[in-house]
Amino acid sequence: MNGRVVGIDLGTTNSLVAYMQGDAPAVIPGVDGLNLVPSVVALDPIPAEGGRPSVTVGNTARKALIETPERVIYSVKRLMGRGIEEIQDELKLFPFRVAEDVEAGEVPRIRLGEMKFTPPEISAYILRQLKRNAERFFGSPVTQAVITVPAYFNDAQRQATKDAGRMAGLEVLRLVNEPTAAALAYGLDRAKAGTITVYDLGGGTFDISILKLRDGIFEVQSTNGDTHLGGDDIDNLLLTIALDEIHAEHGVDLRGHPGAVQALRKAAIDAKIALSTQQEAYFDIELPNGDRYQREISRAGFELLIEPVLERTAGPCKQALADAGITPEQIDEVVLVGGSTRIPAVRQLVDDLFHLAARGKKPHIELNPDEVVALGAAVQADILAGASKSTEELLLLDVTPLSLGIEALGGTVARIIQRNSTIPASATEHFTTGVEGQTNVAIHVLQGERELAKDCRSLARFDLRGIPPMSAGLPRIEVKFLIDADGILQVTAREQRSGQQANIEVKPTYGLTDEQVEGMILDSFDHAEEDFAARLLIEARNEAETILAAVDRAPGNPAWERLTGEEQAAIAAARDRLAAVNLGEDLSAIREATLALDHATRRFAELMMDAAVTTAIRGKTMDAAGKEMGHEVTAPHPMAAAEFK
Amino acid sequence: MFGLERAFQVDLPALEHEFHRLSRKVHPDRFARAGEIEREWSLADTALLNDAYRTLKEPLNRTEYLLKLEGAEIGEEHAGKDRKGQKDPSRVPADLLEEVFELNMQLEEMRMARKMGEADPELETSLEQAKRKFDGLLVEVDQSLRSQWQVWDEGDAAARHSAQKNMVALLDRRRYLNNLVRDVTETLGA
Repeated sequence: MNGRVVGIDLGTTNSLVAYMQGDAPAVIPGVDGLNLVPSVVALDPIPAEGGRPSVTVGNTARKALIETPERVIYSVKRLMGRGIEEIQDELKLFPFRVAEDVEAGEVPRIRLGEMKFTPPEISAYILRQLKRNAERFFGSPVTQAVITVPAYFNDAQRQATKDAGRMAGLEVLRLVNEPTAAALAYGLDRAKAGTITVYDLGGGTFDISILKLRDGIFEVQSTNGDTHLGGDDIDNLLLTIALDEIHAEHGVDLRGHPGAVQALRKAAIDAKIALSTQQEAYFDIELPNGDRYQREISRAGFELLIEPVLERTAGPCKQALADAGITPEQIDEVVLVGGSTRIPAVRQLVDDLFHLAARGKKPHIELNPDEVVALGAAVQADILAGASKSTEELLLLDVTPLSLGIEALGGTVARIIQRNSTIPASATEHFTTGVEGQTNVAIHVLQGERELAKDCRSLARFDLRGIPPMSAGLPRIEVKFLIDADGILQVTAREQRSGQQANIEVKPTYGLTDEQVEGMILDSFDHAEEDFAARLLIEARNEAETILAAVDRAPGNPAWERLTGEEQAAIAAARDRLAAVNLGEDLSAIREATLALDHATRRFAELMMDAAVTTAIRGKTMDAAGKEMGHEVTAPHPMAAAEFK
Repeated sequence: MFGLERAFQVDLPALEHEFHRLSRKVHPDRFARAGEIEREWSLADTALLNDAYRTLKEPLNRTEYLLKLEGAEIGEEHAGKDRKGQKDPSRVPADLLEEVFELNMQLEEMRMARKMGEADPELETSLEQAKRKFDGLLVEVDQSLRSQWQVWDEGDAAARHSAQKNMVALLDRRRYLNNLVRDVTETLGA
C-alpha cells in the first residue's frame, strides 16, 4: 500500500497535519477551515440512550473547557512517557486528574468524566482527528505518517508517541525531532551550505539544535533542551498572580473552581499574546460573587516576570554550542520556532545569545512559527515516501540527545553511547557471570548525563535469561545496544561460548507493553477499507442533505426572484437528481450530484452575497453562502477548498 | 569502509564527503517503505557507518582506534567497567609528580573550605593558575601527538614502532592531565 505519507506535528498546545503539495509543503485544514487543531480532548456527555460517550478533539473540545472542565484534558504531551512519580510537579500546575489506582512504575491513567485514559490514548485521539482531516482532504485513506517530537525527548517519551500513532491506526514511519523538521522546512528553498541553529520554544517544550547544511544533507551537530519548559510556564506565572490577587483583594479563592480557573487561564493567554504587540494588556474578569477583577499588566512588568523562565533556555543553548565545538559567531543563521518565540523578550535573548544584531543578522521568522514544524514533517514524509524529485537529494542525519549508559558496580554509570552521536548508533558490551552455574544476568540501562545511576533516567532493566550453566566468569555474553533512526533503543544479546542466541526478555521499566498498546487501538473505522468507504458515504450524504436543505429554503430568499426561469429550473432539476441518488449507496454519484447542484446554485449564491454587501465575496457557492446566512453547515464541500485556491 | 589507507592523518573534508555519499546509499530514510529485512540491513549498516565515522573524525578516538589495530594496549582498556579516569599513583607522569601532589592537597583544602562555606580567594587563584598550566600542557601533548602521527604515517617499520610507543605514552599523559583539569574545574565550579 503506497498511499500518501503525511507529516504531523503533535504539539503540547496545538497539532497540525501537513503534506507535500507539489514541491512545497502545505498544512491541511480541519473541517472548520483552520490549520491549527488545539491539542484538547473532551469526552461528550453519556448519550441518553446509553453506550459509550463520544470523544471530541480540537476547537469543539476547547469550548467544553469552561462548561465541563472535568471532561476535558489539554497539554497531555507533558505526561507522555512519564511514570506516576515523575509527574507530581505537573499535577500541581495542571488540572490533570490522575486515577488513584495507579501503582508506581505503571503508566498513569487520567480521569475524563467517568472514563480513564493513558496519555498515549489521549494523544491517539488527537492523531486520529488529524488523520481524518487528511483523509477528508484527500478523499482516500491515510495510514502512514511522520510524527515530530521534541529533540530532547527521551526513549520512553518517543516510544509513547509511537504507541499513540499505532493506537490511532497510523504506521509511524519515522519520529523526527521538531527543530530538525523546522530546519528542513527552511532549508528546502535555500539549497546552501552553512551552520544553522534552531531555537524552538513551544507550549511545553524547549529545544535547541545546531545543524550543518551541505549538499542537501542536514547533519545535526548537537542538540539540547528542556522537555518541561514553554509557554505554559509563562501562562502559569500570570495565572498564579491573578489567583493570588483575586484571593487577597476580593476574598475569593478560585483554586477550587476548575471552570473559573480555565476562564482565568484563557484571559492570561490573551494578555500574554497581546503583550507581544502592545505595551500593556488588561485583565477584566467577572468573579462568581459579582465583583470584577481588573488589572493592567505592562510589557516591562511582564518581561520582568518571565525573565527566569526565558533564562532557563540560555544554559541548553550554551551547552549545544560547546558540544558542537563552535562559537556563536560561527552560526550563520538562526531559525525561530514555536509560538513563544513571538514574545519580543525571547527574540532579544536569542539576539544576545548568538550575537545577531552585532553581526547585522536577524533570526528567521518568515515561516509561521506555529506551522513550520508540521511543514518540515511533510518534507521528511516526502523523503521517506521516496517518490518525489523535489526531496530526493535531501537527507537528515540526526543525533541522540542523551547519553546511553549502563549501571556499573557502586551505582555509577558507564557510558556506552555519547550524547550527540549520529543515529542510528550502536555499542557492544560484554558481560559475564559472577556465580557458579548462573543463568541470568541483569542489565540496567540509563539515559542521561549524570555520573550516578540514581540521577539518570532509568530506561529499562534487561534480564538476560537462558545462559547455559557454566563456571563463574566463563560465559561471554555479547550485548548489542542500538539506537535506531527514531531515537529508540533496541537491545539484542548473544552468548558466545556456547554460540546460542540467548533468549532475552525485554522488560521496560515504564511504558506500555505490546499487548497493552494492542488493546488500546482506537476501536475506530480507520482500519478496514470498507469502513473507510462507509464513513465517506455518511459524510457525503450529510453534505448532500445540507445543501438540499439550503436549496429548499432558497425560494424564500429575495435573491431567488432575481434568477431567470431557466436558472430556477436548472436548480430544481439538479436538486431532484441529488435527492434521488442520495437514497442510494453510490458514493461517486452522490458526490457528482452534490457538485452539480452546487454549481447550479452558484449565481444564486452570488446574488445572495451581493445583497449582503459588507461580506460580498465573489465565487462563493450555495454551501458557503448558507454558512454566511447562519444556516447549520456541518460539513463543507470536499471540493470547496480546492475551488477557493 | 571509507576506502582509506591506515594512517593517523586524515583528510577530514574528503572523509566527510565519503560519509555523506555512503549515508545517501544506506540510511534508513532510503528504506522506510522497504521490506523488513532490507530495513534491518539498512539500520545495521548505517549504525556501523556512523560509528566508524565518529571514530575516525575525532583525533583522539582515531588515534586510540588505530593504535589498537596495531596491537597496542591503551590505558582505558585496563580500566574495565569503571570508565571514570583512574588515578593510580603509579601512572603519574614523573615530571608532574611534585605538582600533582601539591595540587591534590590544594583541591582537598578547597573542598573543605567550600564545605564550611568559607571563601579562600588565594587558594582559588592558585588553583586557576594550576588549571591554566595543565591546559597548556594538554596543548603541548596534542602537538606532540600530531607530530607522532606524521612520523608513523611517513616512517619505516622501526620509526612506526617507536612512534606507536610514544603515542601510547602521550595518550596516557593526556588522559591523566584531562582528569586533573576536570577535577580542578569541578572543584572551582562547585
